[in-house]
Amino acid sequence: MKRYELKNSQPPAVRKRKSKEKLRLSDWYLYLLLAIMYLPILIVILYSFNASKTSVIWGGFTLDWYGELFHDRSLLESLKNSVILALLSSSVAGIVGTLGAVGMARVQFRSKGMLEYLVLVPIMIPEIILGMVFMAFFSLLGLPFGMTTLVLGHSAFCVPYVYMQVKARLVGIDKSYAEAARDLGARERQVFFDITLPLIAPAILSGMLLSFAMSLDDVVISIFVAGARVSTLPVKIYTQLKTGVTPEINALCTLMLIVTVVLVLISQRLQRKKM
Amino acid sequence: MGRKSNNWLLIAPMYIFTLLFVAGPLIYMLVLSFLQKADVWGVEFVFTLKNYLKIGKQVYLNTFWESIKLAFATTALTLLIGYPFGYFMAKLPEKRKTLFMLLIVIPFWTNALMRMYGWIILFRSNGLIEQGLMALGLIDDSLKMLYNYKAVLAGMVYALLPFMILSVYSSAEKMDWTLVEAAKDLGAKSWQAFVTITLKLTLPGILSGVILVFIPSMGLFFIADILGGGKIMLVGNLIQNQLMSTRDWPFAAALAVILMLFTTLFIWGYKKITHSDELEGLL
Repeated sequence: MKRYELKNSQPPAVRKRKSKEKLRLSDWYLYLLLAIMYLPILIVILYSFNASKTSVIWGGFTLDWYGELFHDRSLLESLKNSVILALLSSSVAGIVGTLGAVGMARVQFRSKGMLEYLVLVPIMIPEIILGMVFMAFFSLLGLPFGMTTLVLGHSAFCVPYVYMQVKARLVGIDKSYAEAARDLGARERQVFFDITLPLIAPAILSGMLLSFAMSLDDVVISIFVAGARVSTLPVKIYTQLKTGVTPEINALCTLMLIVTVVLVLISQRLQRKKM
Repeated sequence: MGRKSNNWLLIAPMYIFTLLFVAGPLIYMLVLSFLQKADVWGVEFVFTLKNYLKIGKQVYLNTFWESIKLAFATTALTLLIGYPFGYFMAKLPEKRKTLFMLLIVIPFWTNALMRMYGWIILFRSNGLIEQGLMALGLIDDSLKMLYNYKAVLAGMVYALLPFMILSVYSSAEKMDWTLVEAAKDLGAKSWQAFVTITLKLTLPGILSGVILVFIPSMGLFFIADILGGGKIMLVGNLIQNQLMSTRDWPFAAALAVILMLFTTLFIWGYKKITHSDELEGLL
């Protein structure tokens, strides 16, 4: 009965909007802008199948660049580095950010506000500052530049993503679940693993996915902390863009795009579950 | 008692990590900015104000001024283009909202360099667009569309637009549209209702978008590098040069401190105006 009433009390504006189904000016605007946004991406995909080496003229369809991609040792090496780096930093962020958000939701302490601010600093300030301070700080500590410094640098900007997602999710959780478990004699550890963790799992995962994608794409921090021996894929692409691009890069970007789309789709799924 | 110490164990990793790898480096940056560059390599631990005085030089002031101008232009353009997008998106039916969200997030998650490269293929001399125009007989000389100020501006707007769209959308989505209806019922014209209600209620989204666009645009050196062909010098490029080529780390640190001050000022202003701790649509 109540449901029926609710349905009927829809504001008139909503009903009016539904009756107009034809394409309006606002729709044209949305579609036009989306088309512009996707244009360069489509161009890169298209040219990954271009047989001509000078990428301006269309020389017919080919899959050669995809084949050559798998023979390009240094490109594969940097791809491997990028994937390992993204896996490690999103895992570090997943653990540190999740535990931090859970703990912060439970206790009050004097430096809490400061800590909360500092955690978010890496994604608030221009990336170049972060890159520069890491470069200076790591060389002060005498850390050899390479995978270690990369993981530390990337983790710093990945932690905030996980932290914010989990924090937002925790706000929406009914506290009585955990309390009921405690009343029934569950220990703190059990409450965490059996109640809290399953409830916040989607948020952890989507935070980690975002971290993974951001780490995989990062140029700025990597340029400063990678050092001379280790190269990540975006750094490689950046150098090529300044000197000269090989067609394999188009093929590689296309493959990476597929990975990105899959990640986004999974993450959207997780976000919807949250509702 | 046991519960409390457990909670501290949870926070400890993040606390230590943040102090060590966020606060530590930032404090070192501040210290470094007051130190002296060593003659050959590295820094000397001698206090000096030289680095800050150096920023007062005309060349560097110009760089700051150019960066700020570009950041303002970028922010204004993204707001102009992104606001209607976020606003219209919020008015879409639920199903298409999810689809559009997906379509905005994908380019956002895609490598920025790849997207820039697509534009280069299109716009460079003898690129796709010029060849097309030449084939049609509309032009017979290169338009030189890349490697100038406009190209960098366009690249910045393109790269940062999703931030603005998501911020505006996030606050427009939460808006109570019945208020607009009410204003209209009470005799307000559409534009009046928009200015007095919609604009005001989406202000947190606008401000958050402005910050999320303005701050990175001061430091996105690689866009200026790739699309500006080395001719456009921004604070970001200057810092990178000082670090990588000139190796004057203390000066780079001083530049970064000034940039950081700008950033903090902006975020502080946002918090003052909106009374909110978090930026709208940051995720």
